[in-house]
Amino acid sequence: MRNPQLNAAGELTHLLSTDGLPREVITQILDTAQSFLEVSNRDVKKVPLLRGKSVFNIFFENSTRTRTTFEIAAKRLSADVINLDVTRSSTSKGETLLDTVDNLVAMHADMFVVRHASSGAPYLIAEHLQRIGRDDVHVVNAGDGRHAHPTQGLLDMFTIRHYKQDFSKLKVAVVGDILHSRVARSDIHALVALGTGEIRAVGPQTLLPSALEQMGVRVHHDLASGLADADVIIMLRLQNERMNGALLPSAREYFRCYGLTPAMLALAKPDAIVMHPGPMNRGVEIASEVADGPQAVILPQVTFGIAVRMAVMSILAGN
Amino acid sequence: MLPAELPDAEAQCAELAALIRPHLAPDTALIGIHSGGAWVARRLRELLGLEEEIGLVDVSFYRDDFGEKGLHPQVRPTSIPFAVEGRPLILVDDVLYTGRTTRAAINELFDYGRPGRIDLAVLADRGGRELPIEARFCTWRIDLADDEELVLASDADGRLAWRLDQDA
Repeated sequence: MRNPQLNAAGELTHLLSTDGLPREVITQILDTAQSFLEVSNRDVKKVPLLRGKSVFNIFFENSTRTRTTFEIAAKRLSADVINLDVTRSSTSKGETLLDTVDNLVAMHADMFVVRHASSGAPYLIAEHLQRIGRDDVHVVNAGDGRHAHPTQGLLDMFTIRHYKQDFSKLKVAVVGDILHSRVARSDIHALVALGTGEIRAVGPQTLLPSALEQMGVRVHHDLASGLADADVIIMLRLQNERMNGALLPSAREYFRCYGLTPAMLALAKPDAIVMHPGPMNRGVEIASEVADGPQAVILPQVTFGIAVRMAVMSILAGN
Repeated sequence: MLPAELPDAEAQCAELAALIRPHLAPDTALIGIHSGGAWVARRLRELLGLEEEIGLVDVSFYRDDFGEKGLHPQVRPTSIPFAVEGRPLILVDDVLYTGRTTRAAINELFDYGRPGRIDLAVLADRGGRELPIEARFCTWRIDLADDEELVLASDADGRLAWRLDQDA
């Protein structure tokens, strides 16, 4: 089966997941993002690449930060951006996802940025577009269920490369609720593709999926051993709203076992960086002293995220 | 028509510097267009003894053929390490052809501010213009067929030399 993200010529036409993205494509996105980083420092923070194109943000699930950074990225590329508040529109009147898409295509949409609580929704749209012969319309997955959040994964890779350069020598620890985290999944696939030296998943048994070892990940249930000598620490948000049933005793208990405190951070390399996709639960997965400390690169991640999304959108629009 | 022997690009750089020198203002800055123009601009900076670093532009985000060709797979960052506002700038490229690259570079420069003036300096003008753009400083005029490509290359020691490619 053809990789649904690539067109007949093997070029990236949709961004649905970091799973199955060739290393060269990831590297091209990161290199292009490097050039876009500088655009945001100019007097005129805009380039004309997507002039005349319409980008539709369709968010079936709330997210202020991701939606805003996609909007900024599209506007810095000179695209017209239309934000659809789907939770309050036709879908609530019973329209199906693909009917919504057909209507937006009829309005001459060039790109969809889609967030959906169901895993696979962006794939459904991409396949539908291919079926109706609209290869000129592109889909970016902005997070689907527990499955993938590829632009977050790519901006995390950009951040790591920015501070640490060579992936082959790095020990990267992903800590927390990996089971429910599409960010963790996207990070791990991208880390594998980029040839990361050692990838660790750290968390309680109940929050780790079972197939991690098959992805080349070392599992640690103990935070101290998981952080030992690490170069990069990616903290995940404890996803309260996704937690069904009693996977954890309490947030306080979680912090005592898996919260990143200054003492725990001291076990990693002295120049280790601390990342977090946001929004943070201070005092649950991360202590404020660490979140605001000199090793945290959480706000640079947000800045890099705009450049990475500009790179993704401009590469897709050109293919 | 293929010339029997291509001229010495290094000698042309010296010639170009001599053409520019009488017109330099105290605050003139050079901007090289990736990648050939950047090499020439670096050379000109040495030859002219300018203290200011050169600026570099990659016009990939401003090209008018993005719709047909997509994004160039290797975009390099534009870096303009000085304020362009009110300043005389010399845009440097290796070859002037259709003028579309020059147009894109001028557009990009205006996103950094309003330069006092912009001149264009090139080693070679191969004709074939599609826009009303001319170089103020130019060392070599040559007529080439559409399927011929004049390429400036930099060898391991950084020496610049011309090569003439024939499209298949």
